[in-house]
Amino acid sequence: MAVTPEDIARLAGLARIQLSEQECRDLAPEIDVILESMAKVGEVAGDDVALTTHAVPRTNVFRADEVRPSLTPEQALSGAPAAEDNRFRVPAILSED
Amino acid sequence: MLITKSAAELGRLIAAREASSVEVTTAFLDRIDELNPTLNAFLHVDREGALAAARAIDERIAAGEQMGPLAGVPIGVKDNFCTVDMPTTCGSRMLEGWVPPYDSTVVRRLREAGLVIVGKTNMDEFAMGSSTETSAFGPSRNPWDTDRIPGGSGGGSSAAVAAHLVPLALGSDTGGSIRQPAAVTGTVGIKPTYGGVSRYGVVAMASSLDQPGPCARTVTDAALLHEVIAGHDDMDATSLDLDHSGLVDAAATDDLTGLRVGIVDEFRGEGYDEGVMARFDEAVRRLEALGAEVVTISCPAFTYALPAYYLIQPAELSSNLARFDGMRYGLRAGDDGTRSAEEVMSLSREAGFGKEAKRRIIIGTYALSAGYADQYYGQAQKVRTLIIEDFRAAFERCDVLVSPTTPTTAFRIGERVADPMAMYMADLCTIPSNLAGNASASFPIGLSDDGLPVGLQVIAPTMEDTRLYRVGGALERDLEAEWGGSLLDRAPEAKGE
Repeated sequence: MAVTPEDIARLAGLARIQLSEQECRDLAPEIDVILESMAKVGEVAGDDVALTTHAVPRTNVFRADEVRPSLTPEQALSGAPAAEDNRFRVPAILSED
Repeated sequence: MLITKSAAELGRLIAAREASSVEVTTAFLDRIDELNPTLNAFLHVDREGALAAARAIDERIAAGEQMGPLAGVPIGVKDNFCTVDMPTTCGSRMLEGWVPPYDSTVVRRLREAGLVIVGKTNMDEFAMGSSTETSAFGPSRNPWDTDRIPGGSGGGSSAAVAAHLVPLALGSDTGGSIRQPAAVTGTVGIKPTYGGVSRYGVVAMASSLDQPGPCARTVTDAALLHEVIAGHDDMDATSLDLDHSGLVDAAATDDLTGLRVGIVDEFRGEGYDEGVMARFDEAVRRLEALGAEVVTISCPAFTYALPAYYLIQPAELSSNLARFDGMRYGLRAGDDGTRSAEEVMSLSREAGFGKEAKRRIIIGTYALSAGYADQYYGQAQKVRTLIIEDFRAAFERCDVLVSPTTPTTAFRIGERVADPMAMYMADLCTIPSNLAGNASASFPIGLSDDGLPVGLQVIAPTMEDTRLYRVGGALERDLEAEWGGSLLDRAPEAKGE
């Protein structure tokens, strides 16, 4: 199964990257080769093998729920592309209609 | 000359007031001024800030304060560690000029121990690469041959340490980003046990694999830095509460009697340079001469480590890099008042990410997408289990494993850019330790036939980081006695532009 430029455009849409048509054409054969090499993982591990998500497992890591210093609004907004009234200013999230 | 002294020696001189931190820091800053235009090891240098920090340390020492062994010693910090007083770009246009509102835990610990941060070192974009060629700000160059790569992703740190721009640097290792650069520049690089050093404030690439660690010229210097940065941090839920106090002592070892060393059978043969294997075989004989017992160990699942890694790591990074959306910080593109937030996000990510970042985000998105997740991501996680089991079996028979750190010496800049699979092969031997979370290091063991450095990878079980220093220390002492100095003494004299 070959990865097509249309597949790349669909994945880029999921990943919120506005790739150009040229980028989709360039990436398709590259990603195809990479995925084909990586498909090798299917050869070894069967149903009897457990999944590892974390190599050094830890469970229920909690700290005390106490108030401690955090960023000021000025610090939090210091890298904002746009800010207004102590808030992040962002483009419209909902359309008007 | 101050710049050729080890960090340990510089710390002693500063503590004894035989040299001031200002003098030491100035010597390194001048060296950076001279050579950084050629090497591009630093993306940002903070001369004023560094000298102010150095003056403050000198004053505290003059006032009689007892400080740690690295107080007043300069250090370079990889550009994915958050620093409140310097930009943190991760080698990406996405974060160009961004100054974080807080310090990473590791950087805070450096400051508390009195180290002087002189600047931020270059890296592959968001740590994706083995050469620094994916940095949006141009590649760093290898001091041994400036037409060649200094490794990656931490090639800025390795080039800076190898060329004596700083005595110490910080790295982060997800698939080999500390060890591979160390190997190809003739320096020491340590990947601690996962959880040994806090990831808080280190810009995340693949969270289950990322681990900060030291880059240095000597084994003792790496141990001193490791002891400063390690330790439990309640800001990192994966942080372990380990005792790190024995690392410097372990580096003073000169005898390996009784140590059981396993050669990883899967990491030799076809694809490995002859010169790399020659130095590796000599290093193994040297370990035997120092008292170690050597056996060959087979770890069959290691053959599948590279494909498993190149599914798990893109899967995790595609999630982690979702935070760069142009809304709260970083680059925002196309916000002309007519576009929705979603359109602006897509345009910002298109403009901010380089080619390799896009490639890996697409692979990760694919590997996690409905219909493919079991076949790719799930299978890769099973391979991860098999690799951990191979390590467990191997460490029943031996105390450490060894292999070449990299199959080849430093390749030429541009040589692998168009062939991602060739680039990924640079991490072949280093990846299993990231997947299994155990401690691993690269130590310089000589030059290949091409005159370029070769590294020995030493792998220890989880939480047994002291073993790395024991082997590295004994090996270094023995090699340097034979060489009459350090490997870096044989590097060509670096020239400014």
